[in-house]
Amino acid sequence: MSDDASTGLDVQPTESLPLDAWHRARGGRMVDFAGYWLPVQYEGIMAEHLWTRESAGLFDVSHMGQLKLSGPDAAAELEKLLPGDIIGLKPGKIRYSLFLDEAGGVLEDLMVTNHGDHLFLIVNGACKWDDIAHLREYLPDEIDLNHLDEQALLALQGPKAVDALARLGLVPAIDGAPAVEDLGFMEAAPYQWEGRPLGVSRSGYTGEDGYEISVRAEDAEALATALLDQPEVKPIGLGARDSLRLEAGLPLYGHDLTPDYSVIAAGLGFAVSKRRRTEGGFMGDARVQAELATPPAQVRVGLTVEGRLPAREGAVIFSGDTAVGTVTSGGHSPSLGTPIAMGWVDAASAAPGTPLSIEVRGKRLGATVTSMPFVPHRYVRKGGK
Amino acid sequence: MSRYFTDEHEWIDVSGDIATVGITDYAQEQLGDIVFVELPEEGKSFDKGDDAAVVESVKAASDIYAPASGEVVEVNGALEEEPGLVNSDAEEEGWFFKLRLTDPSELEALMDEGAYKKFVAGL
Repeated sequence: MSDDASTGLDVQPTESLPLDAWHRARGGRMVDFAGYWLPVQYEGIMAEHLWTRESAGLFDVSHMGQLKLSGPDAAAELEKLLPGDIIGLKPGKIRYSLFLDEAGGVLEDLMVTNHGDHLFLIVNGACKWDDIAHLREYLPDEIDLNHLDEQALLALQGPKAVDALARLGLVPAIDGAPAVEDLGFMEAAPYQWEGRPLGVSRSGYTGEDGYEISVRAEDAEALATALLDQPEVKPIGLGARDSLRLEAGLPLYGHDLTPDYSVIAAGLGFAVSKRRRTEGGFMGDARVQAELATPPAQVRVGLTVEGRLPAREGAVIFSGDTAVGTVTSGGHSPSLGTPIAMGWVDAASAAPGTPLSIEVRGKRLGATVTSMPFVPHRYVRKGGK
Repeated sequence: MSRYFTDEHEWIDVSGDIATVGITDYAQEQLGDIVFVELPEEGKSFDKGDDAAVVESVKAASDIYAPASGEVVEVNGALEEEPGLVNSDAEEEGWFFKLRLTDPSELEALMDEGAYKKFVAGL
């Protein structure tokens, strides 16, 4: 038996995160992920996945980078590096965005929150050092960039996440902030929990309602334990995090998004704000504007695969006998009970319903282009609040 | 009938010149939820160490090697409909395939149950 999942090169020793001992004490199976020990699973990926969809799952995503930007015109300066409207982002609101390179390739995808006196960025764990270097290179010296590496990050995801978190009795730390249950999707605010500061946002990476909570490293165990004490909540590993985000149609940086791909072709045009489409003025703008005018040659699509054999990253996608693309993420969908995949295909083969095939170990599996998400999003939007 | 184990976490039951092959309970637990087992075709011949089957868990694909040389005489068709049998009953109902051994002496290098238990305890 050999596990042929790629694990990458170990150039540095694997580091421990604040909840390391907490996971081990609760039976988390720890693996090296992006240079950190994190649990890939607890009781099993399938059970954890389904539990998150029906109740609430607690994820440790402390490997992700938490960055604080402040200083004169920080929003305008950040806008030079990404295609989102940050100047128009109101306090307490979050926007999904992407760093692009000069050629319009995707360097990173991230969340930007306006916290009033500063911008808060959450970036991928595997990219955070490159992101910091990129920001430091292109932002003026007057902009302060702080890597909040003393903060852990928890995600509480699922339809009952709101019930579990509300029971902890968090108190808004600024005037006018709503109770956590009244935050809308993509809204954030600071809170106090038993005297401890927390940054809470209603957001996530599963397609479900839920929260992401930034907590001081020294408070992480207490918070994780208090959340896990709620009857709705079970601990969930990275394995289910990946199958949940795949069902939700959310791209994984380094796989579904790389510098070879552009934001429009990735189907992420919603992240290119209206004002910025016309104005440009960000790194990579020429390609974005060109692709808005003339559709790109290859695009990111979802695929439903026939049978039971999963088609995984790297599998070649065919239309008849012609190779038209490549799978960039794929696996078994616990919610649907079938294999699903995400991949990049020629635009002519990208319409939903297009019959294609995927080659896995010399066999051709039938596959159909499918609109994403595969499983409907269940975000809780608070219109007008 | 005697049962042998490999350091690749396969078990082999030998009866005459027929060997039934599966993966151990330890292996299924390491793999996690199994969603597909790709079995060899009946009649196919393997040398010891050849890729013989593939187990797909939710997480990844893993190769299963032929623990000895031989010809496939039967495969466990039940796994087609119910790959989870490998999780629920790895060492009995979750067997993969049967080989007609060409060189039973290859088995002499394998572990017995006691040795395998020690091997796993040391991992």
